[in-house]
Amino acid sequence: MQALFGQLLIGLINGAFYAMLSLGLAVIFGLLNIINFTHGAQYMMGAFCAWFLLNHGIAGVRLGYWPSLIIAPIAVGIIGIIIERTMLSRLYKLDHLYGLLLTFGLALIIQGVFRNEFGSSGMPYEIPQVLTGGVNLGFMFLPIYRAWVIVASLVVCLVTWFIIERTKLGSYLRAATENPALVQAFGINVPRMITLTFGFGVGLAALAGVMAAPIYQVNPLMGADLIIVVFAVVVIGGMGSILGAILTGFGLGIVEGLTKYFWPEASSTVIFVIMVIVLLVRPAGLFGKER
Amino acid sequence: MAAIAEAAAVRAASRNGVFAATLVMTVLLAIAPFAGVYPVFIMKALCFALFACAFNLLLGFGGLLSFGHAMFLGTAGYVCAYAAKVWGLTPEVAILAGTASSAALGTLVGALAIRRQGIYFAMITLAIAQMMYFFYVQAPFTHGEDGIQAVPRGRLFGVIDLADPLTMYYTVLVVFVAAFALIVRIIHSPFGQVLKAIRENEPRAISLGYDADRYKLLAFVLSATLAGLAGALKAIVFQLAALTDVYWTMSGEVVLMTLLGGMGTIFGPVVGAFLIVALENYLAGLGEWVTIITGIIFVVCVLAFRRGIVGELAAWWTARRR
Repeated sequence: MQALFGQLLIGLINGAFYAMLSLGLAVIFGLLNIINFTHGAQYMMGAFCAWFLLNHGIAGVRLGYWPSLIIAPIAVGIIGIIIERTMLSRLYKLDHLYGLLLTFGLALIIQGVFRNEFGSSGMPYEIPQVLTGGVNLGFMFLPIYRAWVIVASLVVCLVTWFIIERTKLGSYLRAATENPALVQAFGINVPRMITLTFGFGVGLAALAGVMAAPIYQVNPLMGADLIIVVFAVVVIGGMGSILGAILTGFGLGIVEGLTKYFWPEASSTVIFVIMVIVLLVRPAGLFGKER
Repeated sequence: MAAIAEAAAVRAASRNGVFAATLVMTVLLAIAPFAGVYPVFIMKALCFALFACAFNLLLGFGGLLSFGHAMFLGTAGYVCAYAAKVWGLTPEVAILAGTASSAALGTLVGALAIRRQGIYFAMITLAIAQMMYFFYVQAPFTHGEDGIQAVPRGRLFGVIDLADPLTMYYTVLVVFVAAFALIVRIIHSPFGQVLKAIRENEPRAISLGYDADRYKLLAFVLSATLAGLAGALKAIVFQLAALTDVYWTMSGEVVLMTLLGGMGTIFGPVVGAFLIVALENYLAGLGEWVTIITGIIFVVCVLAFRRGIVGELAAWWTARRR
């Protein structure tokens, strides 16, 4: 029983990261029509940013977990914005596949540079003082940091959903997703919106990276395999809806956790198998709209 | 009418050009071992060139970007290595077994992946390839990280001993040239023309009565089969089938070879494969720099050099002749 709940908890944690990453991918895809292959590398950069702030700091001042939660997404988001302005924006008129190829190349560069610098062994990142320890719930032991990650990622996801679906800014965004030319004709600066959206999606990945740093070790390749699973999550959920991305992310995390308990050998493939089944039954994805 | 005749003449000229260039390439490759080029290097490059040509058939002529082609290279490699080592089959039968297994896998994956288009197609093929990777990591017959080692090269048709490097070399060359000729034939066949029509404008091709999905599936299976042939050949040449051949980095590498050489050109993938294999050979001591340089080539190709080397040369040649 202990083990089952333990795996469920790990599943929920993984699901939280799937949800945050696929959410970022979906937001970017909605407006830019590209799949951001650098997403995994940007998640890794978020974790490294936090590690760097803690161990080296800015101008000698070491910064812990809480400032990192804000600084890392902004820093990585700015790098994302530079990438969008200098490179991606040249490709919008071309086949969308070029965006995928470009971001794939960028991911290779970023991961290569980090491996050169830090090797491929993981580096530990301490859990912040306030969130150490755990609670005994009777049926299982719940580390506080893990509970915090689940709650925080849920909040982040729901806030993102609220901004996009319920605010004026979000309505511009959704309108520009449907018909950018028309929205531009109404006097809204669509290119700037595209840039900021990309920065936001990338920032989300970096935020997930900071939150992941104390759980998984900080490692140059921590995002490389993860991003492929997230792609499968995105195919399963379909990129049509924000809530869909969140639900699929958490749901698949739980399914993966359960598989780890009942049939450990299948746990690394279960999400891909589900993808195959979904493609057979509902090619557009669970929450997707056929375009 | 005159325009049609002229177009036919241009096409005939380009076909003659392709034939002449293929001949030159074959002769150059045939004398290369005597010109002091290391045969193992060319054999490796030829295996990858075949892999890239197979991939280019799908991307350059079908417009379908598969980001999981490593699964066909690797699957055929494993099956071929297993057949040659454990079952003790002769190399040609082992290679056929490997190729057939990739054809079967290609049929299944293709039928699934063509249900979605564009970016989704790329993500689905990548995800399925990753699933296959995890399968091979765990499956006992692949020996995990070690791979299937010391695969016997055996005797071709039970007679010709492939342990001799030059014999092996010319066997690889014959297989490569035959497969290359087949790919050129496919591209110039009515099937290839319909495939191009579907790439350019799928709804119109459908409205003309072509069953687009069937054509795409056939292109996918052909591509997977030929990629499998490359993988099986590679397993015999290097006497090894390993996990790197099914990992996603390998899928990325074949995209890079095709992109660098020129996608949608006939010789581009060959040029790209030779360049990338040479690059990896010379930079092998630099560790992670290979990844970085690979990434940089990707970025430069996409931003400034989308036609690739052969594509740019062809464009320059046409512009000069006007």
